Amino acid sequence: MIADFGNILLFLIHGALFVALSLFVAKLIRPHRPNAEKLMTYECGEVPIGSARVQFNNRFYIIGLMFLIFEVEILLLFPWVMVFQDIGWFAFWAMFVFVFLIFIGFAYELGKGHLQWDIPRPVVPKYVEGVGVVDDYPAKEPASSEPALDEPALQTGVNR
Amino acid sequence: MATYAFVLLAVLAVASALAMVLNKNTVNSALFLVLNLMSVAGLYLLLHAQFLAIIQILVYAGAIMVLFLFVIMLLNVDEEESLFDKFRAIYLVAFLLGVVVFGQIVYSLGGVTDLLPEISADMAYVGTVEAVGEVLYTTYLMPFEMTAILLTAAVVGALMIAQYKVKTSDQEE
Repeated sequence: MIADFGNILLFLIHGALFVALSLFVAKLIRPHRPNAEKLMTYECGEVPIGSARVQFNNRFYIIGLMFLIFEVEILLLFPWVMVFQDIGWFAFWAMFVFVFLIFIGFAYELGKGHLQWDIPRPVVPKYVEGVGVVDDYPAKEPASSEPALDEPALQTGVNR
Repeated sequence: MATYAFVLLAVLAVASALAMVLNKNTVNSALFLVLNLMSVAGLYLLLHAQFLAIIQILVYAGAIMVLFLFVIMLLNVDEEESLFDKFRAIYLVAFLLGVVVFGQIVYSLGGVTDLLPEISADMAYVGTVEAVGEVLYTTYLMPFEMTAILLTAAVVGALMIAQYKVKTSDQEE
């Protein structure tokens, strides 16, 4: 049983060896003539601007956290599947309560609108007489036009 | 065979832990932590704790590291400062405390003669998924359901924090 994990170890060793060997062979046979253009970061043909370490939108953190919660839930489902026939309906109701409790949190998140995504407003280029084409950023709506919502997550472009 | 695997995994765990602490780049540190968690999962496997090993890889090396990387990206730490750039008194205190803890561990392990004991068939069964399931949904039903409440509380708490962040960034605009 535990020896089956030896196969995984073999796969890990082979994976590491394969990468190391192919990189080594490539180093042996490839020509080495670097120039500034070649050493530049490749970014789909564009000239790269700024640092690669940009600040992420913290909405991604919510998605990551949801992933963590539901992964733990699924991991606790695995042993449940293995012993379901032995325990029977008791196990069913135990897991029902568990999943229900987790879905309370999920429903809270869904209801509060945390999974709604801000759609960026498009920048429409506009032709102005005598000036030329300008990037016209749509003016922000005045805040007083509608009462401020209690939930900031609901103040997205989607809901406006 | 098990001894060789143990030595390999132990060396890998210690080396990756050292690399994690000494690395200047925070993202590289996080990736070395993944390697460390994986080798600790391998050590769990050697102790015939299969379910724990898989959980270690899926939850710790998977989901929790995702959150770690997100925090690094969110905080935007670009000051890559080495631990040894400048000497501080607090480093010395931390080092001495670490030496004391290490000494205690070595002292308490001094009497142990067989570090890798033979694992009997009964002990080997305890770590399997079936064995965990048999007790988790019967004997330990209450802690199991408490886990769900804990996870729900974690969701609500994290949403509260994230909501606060959204509000402040809205006001700054």
